[in-house]
Amino acid sequence: MSILDNTSLIIGVGNLYRSDDAVGVLIARKLKDRVPDRISIKERSGEGTSLMDSWKEHDRVCVVDAVSSGASPGSIHRMNASKEPIPSKFFSCSTHDFGVAEAIELARTLGQLPKQLQLFGVEGKNFQPGEMLSSEVERAMALVVDEILQQF
Amino acid sequence: MPNRSAKKVNCMTKKTIKVDYLARVEGEGGLYIKMKDDAVVDVKLKIFEPPRFFEGLLRGRDFKEAPDITARICGICPVAYQMSAVHAMENALGVKVEGPLRELRRLLYCGEWIESHTLHIYMLHAPDFLGYQSAIHMAKDHKEVVERGLKLKKAGNQIVSLLGGREIHPVNVRVGGFYKVFPKQDFEPLIETLKWARDAALETVRWTAQFPFPEFEQDYEFVALHHPEEYPFNEGHIISNRGLDIDCSEYEDHFQETHVEHSNALHSALKERGSYFVGPMARYSLNFDQLSPMVQEAALAAGLQKECRNPFKSIIVRSIEVLYACDEALRILQSYEKPESPYIEVEPKEGIGFSCTEAPRGILYHHFQLDEQGKILDAKIVPPTSQNQKTIEDDLWKFVPQHIHLSQEELTWQCEQAIRNYDPCISCATHFLKLDIEHS
Repeated sequence: MSILDNTSLIIGVGNLYRSDDAVGVLIARKLKDRVPDRISIKERSGEGTSLMDSWKEHDRVCVVDAVSSGASPGSIHRMNASKEPIPSKFFSCSTHDFGVAEAIELARTLGQLPKQLQLFGVEGKNFQPGEMLSSEVERAMALVVDEILQQF
Repeated sequence: MPNRSAKKVNCMTKKTIKVDYLARVEGEGGLYIKMKDDAVVDVKLKIFEPPRFFEGLLRGRDFKEAPDITARICGICPVAYQMSAVHAMENALGVKVEGPLRELRRLLYCGEWIESHTLHIYMLHAPDFLGYQSAIHMAKDHKEVVERGLKLKKAGNQIVSLLGGREIHPVNVRVGGFYKVFPKQDFEPLIETLKWARDAALETVRWTAQFPFPEFEQDYEFVALHHPEEYPFNEGHIISNRGLDIDCSEYEDHFQETHVEHSNALHSALKERGSYFVGPMARYSLNFDQLSPMVQEAALAAGLQKECRNPFKSIIVRSIEVLYACDEALRILQSYEKPESPYIEVEPKEGIGFSCTEAPRGILYHHFQLDEQGKILDAKIVPPTSQNQKTIEDDLWKFVPQHIHLSQEELTWQCEQAIRNYDPCISCATHFLKLDIEHS
């Protein structure tokens, strides 16, 4: 699916000190020098209300985060959040109970969802304190970066 | 006529309340309650977030790194960790930060209280009182209220973003002051925001005051900081309503942490008297006279007394503290003059330092030992949630028998609500790797 354009916002979500949870932020950093100039890139911790605030001014948004849904590590989940509800607890690896999934559903209820909201979830394996990605997640990271870049 | 023996048999059955993953708390925790004969025989609040080894991580690091490392313990209350860390370091190194820099620290703390309390009031706790499964469900019927909550929380974010350098894990705090301070005009947009926020906070007080509250007053030992001239953030004696009155350096003489099998967090207790209560309700009850007159008036109009002992009413007290934080932030901003220097010079030397500051959830204790180069030899951190953990369990021991007539579903919900009264930050509280989940 190609829903991004040259004025889009890309948000990388995660904690750099919780191993695979960092993948969203690391993807955002890798995209920084490779996307068109007018694309905004933000890093967020995953706290839901800040996330809702971040995308307020944008029509086309892409959120990238680590996921813990029980799928095999490195699996890439793609969702068009503007069209389908996000299964609750999908992004429960966040330490904040009011996280990504809750932010999307609350924004939907309040009519604050961007017109297009694309979501990439990379299934993580290890969320313990640390700064190393699992090899499966590292491979998935490169694939997601390419997939996002192909939209421009 | 009801068959009494049948009723008795019914009462004799064992009943268990088990919540594997508590919702609407920070981090991962569970609850296990076992009942027999309408009596509670076991209560375990389980905390099974992965352990944190921050105290170990700090050893060997430079004293200047402590505020930024400890801030990583929590995404909700990083300012609290930074404040306790800088005060403990300054205590070790014989430095005292006064005047406008001290005021700016209070301002930063106001931002964090507004953010953290508002998130809990609107997104995590209010749905309990209004009978909604979550804030998302609540928003369908109370759109404007939820929007007000989001905007109020944002006012706190704006303070932390501006003064702290960014919203999450602020980077502008250093031992001795700040890396950068701002001219008065940079704060002007904040003044307008906070005037709105103060009104919204007052609305929040009135909104929460009319929630239905279970009758549940307890005789707690409240513990909080106390300062004769101000509502406590960064400085004061540790006092209680049972005569405790000590300097932060005496904390470990009076409080003791023990490891309990069922939790990764340490349980903290007063050596002489056992469990105690920290957080908004303790602060409020021990420092009512230090609140500004407008806030005192709002509290009394909301039906609170000068002391509050019903933990379910902590949602009103939290709203009162948001109102105070908005009012105090405005006072600081309106009288602000840019400090001559963003920090005072601090030289490393051998020493031991202690501090307690008031995190949104209660006193946060730091203790560091430094060598002559300012390297950290030893660190001890006691977060508020581990101090409240035993009190939360005590509440459940008493609450459940009084509400045994409720259906399993309702009772489970109310028990979860009783835990959420404390806004527990389980991510902050964990220290131990041992995982011991007991199945009924």
